[in-house]
Amino acid sequence: MPIALFLACDASLLVLAVCAVVLHRRPVATTLIYGVALALCLAQLAGALIHLVADAAPGVIVLPIGLPWVGANFRLDALSAFFLGVINLGAAAASLYGLGAGRREPEPQRVLPFFPAFLAGMNLVLLADDAFTFLASWEFMSLASWALVMAHHRERDNARAGYVYIVMASVGTMALLLAFGLLAGPAGGYAFAAIRASGVAPGLAALVLGLALIGAGSKAGLAPLHIWLPLAHPAAPSHVSALMSGVMTKVAVYGFIRIVFDLLGPAAWWWGVPVMVLGAATAVLGVLHALMQTDLKRVLAYSTIENVGLIFAGLGLALAFKANGFVAAAALAATAALFHALNHAIFKSLLFFGAGAVLTSTGERGMERLGGLLNRMPATGLFVLVGCAAISALPPLNGFASDWLLLQSILLSPQLPQWALKILAPAIGAMLALAAALAAACFVRFFGIAFLGRPRSPAAEAAREVDPTIIAVMGALASLCLLAGILPAFVIDALAPVVRGLTGAQMPWQGGIAWLSIAPIAESRSSYNGLLVFLFITASASLAAFAIHRIASNKLRRAPAWDCGYPDANPATQYTAESFGQPIRRVFGAFAFRAHERVDMPAPGEMRPAHLSVAMHDLVWEFLYLPVIRAVEFLAQRLNYLQFLTIRQYLSVVFGALVSLLLVLASWP
Amino acid sequence: MKGLSFDLAHLLAGGLVLVSFMLLYQNRLYSLLNVFALQAVVLALSVAWQAYVQGAPHLYVTAAIAIVFKAMVIPIALHRIIARLGIHREVEIVGSLGPTMIAGMGLVALSMVVMLRVTADADPLAREDLAFALSVVMLGLLMMVTRRNAVSQVVGFMSLENGLILAATGAKGMPLVVEISVAFSVLVAFIVIGVFLFRIRERFDTVDVQALDQFQGGRR
Amino acid sequence: MALIGALSVEISQMLLVLLLAPLLTGFVRKAKARLLRRQGPPLLQPYRDLIRLARKEAVVAHSASWLFRFVPYLVFAATWVAAALVPTFATGLLFSWSADLIAIIALLGSARFFLALAGMDVGTSFGGIGSSREAMFATLAEPAMIMIVFTLALVAGSTQLSTMAGFMTSPAVGLRVSLGMALIALVIVALAENGRIPVDNPATHLELTMVHEAMVLEYSGRHLALIELASWLKLLLYVSLISCVFAPWGIAHEGKGLTAHAIGVLAYFGKLAVAGLLLALFETTIAKMRVFRVPDFVGVALMLGFLAVLLRFVSGSL
Repeated sequence: MPIALFLACDASLLVLAVCAVVLHRRPVATTLIYGVALALCLAQLAGALIHLVADAAPGVIVLPIGLPWVGANFRLDALSAFFLGVINLGAAAASLYGLGAGRREPEPQRVLPFFPAFLAGMNLVLLADDAFTFLASWEFMSLASWALVMAHHRERDNARAGYVYIVMASVGTMALLLAFGLLAGPAGGYAFAAIRASGVAPGLAALVLGLALIGAGSKAGLAPLHIWLPLAHPAAPSHVSALMSGVMTKVAVYGFIRIVFDLLGPAAWWWGVPVMVLGAATAVLGVLHALMQTDLKRVLAYSTIENVGLIFAGLGLALAFKANGFVAAAALAATAALFHALNHAIFKSLLFFGAGAVLTSTGERGMERLGGLLNRMPATGLFVLVGCAAISALPPLNGFASDWLLLQSILLSPQLPQWALKILAPAIGAMLALAAALAAACFVRFFGIAFLGRPRSPAAEAAREVDPTIIAVMGALASLCLLAGILPAFVIDALAPVVRGLTGAQMPWQGGIAWLSIAPIAESRSSYNGLLVFLFITASASLAAFAIHRIASNKLRRAPAWDCGYPDANPATQYTAESFGQPIRRVFGAFAFRAHERVDMPAPGEMRPAHLSVAMHDLVWEFLYLPVIRAVEFLAQRLNYLQFLTIRQYLSVVFGALVSLLLVLASWP
Repeated sequence: MKGLSFDLAHLLAGGLVLVSFMLLYQNRLYSLLNVFALQAVVLALSVAWQAYVQGAPHLYVTAAIAIVFKAMVIPIALHRIIARLGIHREVEIVGSLGPTMIAGMGLVALSMVVMLRVTADADPLAREDLAFALSVVMLGLLMMVTRRNAVSQVVGFMSLENGLILAATGAKGMPLVVEISVAFSVLVAFIVIGVFLFRIRERFDTVDVQALDQFQGGRR
Repeated sequence: MALIGALSVEISQMLLVLLLAPLLTGFVRKAKARLLRRQGPPLLQPYRDLIRLARKEAVVAHSASWLFRFVPYLVFAATWVAAALVPTFATGLLFSWSADLIAIIALLGSARFFLALAGMDVGTSFGGIGSSREAMFATLAEPAMIMIVFTLALVAGSTQLSTMAGFMTSPAVGLRVSLGMALIALVIVALAENGRIPVDNPATHLELTMVHEAMVLEYSGRHLALIELASWLKLLLYVSLISCVFAPWGIAHEGKGLTAHAIGVLAYFGKLAVAGLLLALFETTIAKMRVFRVPDFVGVALMLGFLAVLLRFVSGSL
């Protein structure tokens, strides 16, 4: 599909945003906006898939808008096509969710105009081929999502979330601005084609890498710039949260890949080190925080941070391999990272939709007020269970396929010659394995406390199943999880043109391997077949069920719970979210959060209750952000003095500035 | 046979590193002494194997010294000191177990990187044994740094010396006279430390080195 | 012809592991009893337990959902598939290329995931105790297992178990330090994953000491039979894994004749007997640890595994 049609779809999305403003509060607005957005996103998804599978040549178009000497350059190559596919998949799902849930939105005029604008911004970032268009679309995307975060601004937490978000987004954009400025050089060639043609000096390239990590990394949620994500993502409406977590973070990953893999040219061997280290640290930090949260959406936001860390670790490995010339290994690592990006978009959207369904049905977001929802919302529960299993990397679902590829790429790293990489790679592998195990524990907790057990509040007890449209969206995403897991060969082959552009090589052609297995290096070395594992499990389970039901008994009787002979009718006696995380907090908490338990026991004879309090600290906030905030406030206090000068003092300031400028001019060589 | 001799030497040296890790997480004094005796036995086996492979009979004497002194005499003597001091309570480790272990692994990684880079053109068996020996030395130092009880600091010092002996045998052995003089000097140092422990205990009623800091003059 | 051979090996292995799992558990129980100077239950008692349980009516709590009734079949299926892919008496399994060691570990992980969910389904505090403790042990045992898999893969050059078993019987493998560390770590992980002393007591009746038993407290009848069989299969799987990688003598290679396979079966019986005796001896001489000492214990396995991988990365001969 030629690039012009993509641009036409994005222009239509912008027109749709204007329509939403015009239609204001009409009831037809919701259906119209979300419906047309759905159609446009599906069209772009189809176009992206066709471009990728047909391995078409890149399409370029230059529009005469924007800066007069640069114009607006747009380009559609394999990398853009892949991310367009991911973004529009998530966007289509969110639009369909909006069709089902949008009617219950209390203030639709605060959401409807910005939703298509947000989608347009994201798509334009992926198509941009010069720095100006890229940054303009990036800022547009940030502002539209900020407006969506502030949609329910009357809640106090949301206002603070929006504030932190806009500050961090501005910091990120400035970092990207500086990065592009360094790339364009003194000649000012802002078009990406010009940047690719001219090279970058090694020292400047290192600086650009750091700025790209700050700029794109903060939008993606890389530690230590992740602080805004757990505040902002839960504050937005549920389908927007899904878009921000599942899709906008992928746009940030795209930005990083475009700058570091494409525009920076040949990599130095040590570039992979900060990316890998930050990625692995982010993964472990994110999932440890997720295990301590009690808000459904906050758990999912921290889990996004973990998965972004995994993606960056894979990209760092690919950089290290590419710099040393091991292109086949680099292709494997890059494929693993990109596959994980796709998988995360799918299952994170699914999980956020499930959380949104729970919120709609019960009005509660806190896990300590939920429970027993699986009996009352069976379809939602089933699809959220598939999402939880997928994100915990359980075979035969898609999370395991990308995790497996990532672990296989670590097994290839002994061939790296530099000592730092030799020592770092096994440490990164250990941290990734730790993050995966902690993620499984986190999602047992997420599903077990919210959906299983007995209801902990009247709201949870009165829960009903949600709109069939929402269930249909969740079902579609759950089936995608299963399909991508049992047929990973197709995804890997579809990624081949992308990976070839990034690293210069691609993984061996998977379509020709028997029985649809995947073999990353060679069939003799290691292989995995998701379809067969799935069939084996289904067959064994059915065989067992059949045998037991025919040969032994199939009688069932319902009775009160055994509970070791001491059943308690009060649902408060079952485990809560905090109690489930307590053993893990005991093991990791002292190190990760300076967690400290304090027990206040009354002396024998006193009638007051005992108190148990747990103090946890967010070490990144306390050691990185608070000092900066305090320094800025101190500086602002001091500079405030300038507001209250007399007229004579203002005049002397102007006079002093003029004199110093003349002095500089006089002494200029 | 050549491959097997390499592997056995590596296995014993690796076992020594492992036992040094075990020393790090003991928190009872008697079990600390038992693990120290085990370290001496593994050292003796490693030295004896080196004596067999290199055909250097004086290394058998080194192994015998390790067994007699380090595995029997010194642990028994320390046992008696501890019983007389009456301090067979829990040993406190500074910092929790997890970070200490991670620090230990970092030290092993560092030792391997340094040794394998510095000795790039030496005999491969000697290189890797030297790397393991440096790891044992570093782990002994880490043990001294993370302990509060004076007796366990002494054990850390002894395990440091075990690492030095491993390095010496790996580098095709020290002359016997050097080995004996080193062993005797360590023994003398140990006796002096033992005497001082009793004097400290008489004066201050404790052998906790952190408590001793309070009596440092000139600090208020 | 080779296809028929491989297929028959695969099918006979599937049936063999299913039939032998209760026997191994019965043998361990009998050996423990004998070491404690008791008579002990008969060797075939686990089979009788299974039949008795399967015939009984399943009693399900009012608050349990469809997940509670579905999990036993899923757990059994995942564990059986994993056990069928670990070479026991022969390496020429037909479907060994469909799941390598990482996938087998992940299959056991998914069985544990669903069992933990089932523990929370009824909404009692015992289920919560079991699930939260099991989750905590898993956060250390799984990375340790991945490190062990990395070590073995870096030594043998592949993550496929058949290739690993083949490599371990060849003369190219030496007495490597990393393999020694991996063996110790694997034994610790096996003890933790199977809930044996010192991590969990498989015969306990005290709720304070329960982990696995607390998760399955509400199960009865045929559901309990399947879960018990799955846990016995898991023990057999770990014993087979240790013996196929670290004691591969007697295992029949791909394409060998019937006598080689018969020798393989006899060797496998011998290995199971030795392993059962060692386990019984170990459990009788050691006491169960406090729950919060277990992370230190499993942390040792993680550290050993990481050290072994580090040594492989740093030098090819270690």
